[in-house]
Amino acid sequence: MDMGFRWDFAYEILPQMLLATFNTIIAAGVGYLIALVLGLFFLLGQRTPFKIINIINREIVEFIRSTPLLIQLFFVYFVLPQFGITLSAWVCGMITIGLHFGTYLSEVYRGALEGVSKTQWEACRALNFSTIYTYRRIVLPQAFPIAIPGMGNYLVGIFKDTPLLSTIGVAELFHAATAVGGYNYRYLEPYTMVGVIFLILSIPAAMWVRKLERSVNEAQGKIKQ
Amino acid sequence: MSYFAFLAEHGTTLLLGTVTTIKVLICSMILYVIISMIFGLMRLSKNIVIQGIATVYIEFFRGTSLLVQLFWVYYVLPFFGISLEAFVAGVVALGLNFGAYGAEIVRAGILAVPKGQWEAAHALNFSPGKRIKRIIIPQIFPIILPPAANLTVELLKATALVALVTVVDLTFEAKQINSITWLSAQCFGTALLIYYFMARFALVPFLRWLEVLAAKKVGRGKA
Repeated sequence: MDMGFRWDFAYEILPQMLLATFNTIIAAGVGYLIALVLGLFFLLGQRTPFKIINIINREIVEFIRSTPLLIQLFFVYFVLPQFGITLSAWVCGMITIGLHFGTYLSEVYRGALEGVSKTQWEACRALNFSTIYTYRRIVLPQAFPIAIPGMGNYLVGIFKDTPLLSTIGVAELFHAATAVGGYNYRYLEPYTMVGVIFLILSIPAAMWVRKLERSVNEAQGKIKQ
Repeated sequence: MSYFAFLAEHGTTLLLGTVTTIKVLICSMILYVIISMIFGLMRLSKNIVIQGIATVYIEFFRGTSLLVQLFWVYYVLPFFGISLEAFVAGVVALGLNFGAYGAEIVRAGILAVPKGQWEAAHALNFSPGKRIKRIIIPQIFPIILPPAANLTVELLKATALVALVTVVDLTFEAKQINSITWLSAQCFGTALLIYYFMARFALVPFLRWLEVLAAKKVGRGKA
């Protein structure tokens, strides 16, 4: 067998890999959208005035956050059919990723809301604004920029966790690489290409998030010396 | 089969897997702490080559997926004549990946030490090595331990991935039992609970204890 990197083989499998990259991007995007929405629900559970709901919500979040995504994937994929709910690997993967990262995003949202100074609330109170109006016009516009860097980081995080989906058979990039590798019995090129594609996509994304973070800090007058 | 019958039959297997998971956790924890210290310091070096090496390393391992790195170490390195045992490959990949994240924490921690400490050490004519070792390093622990604790909990969760390169850990055993018995809810549910208890009632209290200890050491603890 040939040792070393075979460029002709790499070139041959490139179209297949790029197609699978497209799937990876879709998986990350959809998972992220679900996580954004579920994060809001976890946040609501945390901020409702009912103590019982707060406690249940906190324990659920704590549980999801301290267990591995991989086993959560297996759990959803293998256990739901036992209760008569048969979902495709794609749907299972998206739900699990959404749930897992939703708990992280709820923390981002919470931090952002707490980042808005208390005096803003007091001023709105003094001006006799309703709670909804206060949220909509005063608090959320200030909280959103604070949340942006955290939200961006988890987008990159989800993107890097999508290879786990291959374990339940979602045909994303890593799955394609394993399939191509197994078929040709050469893993060097496919896995290396996966690494390179991830680098090409995630380093600019991470740089963009860092830039956002800086501009948000500057806009808020918190410039680091 | 009732849940207790399930536990009676497969409990020991799962516990044996848990022992392996703990071994992987401890080994990769030691490795990642050493790596993050070295690269965190290198990242702050004034020598542009040393700093460049550290930056490339950190960006590379933070930019790609852990699973890809793990498979690369286990399946691709043999192409270059380096065959690692599954356990070693798992620990190396975890250590390298988390070392990159840890290095950034260490860097931020060193930068957070007040400038006066550096100047005072300089004024007292400490050598550069002694300055780092005796003055700066002891002070960074209270700063870096809280983020490092989060990272270590992430590490415990990430150890589940080594099952995919055939390390016989908790996840591997759960998968194995599932494929024999098809009692998915029981085996994956139990595995989830074991991970949860390890994180919540062993690892996190231990890390909190370290934080308190470190704060006390530099005289910032509660009396």
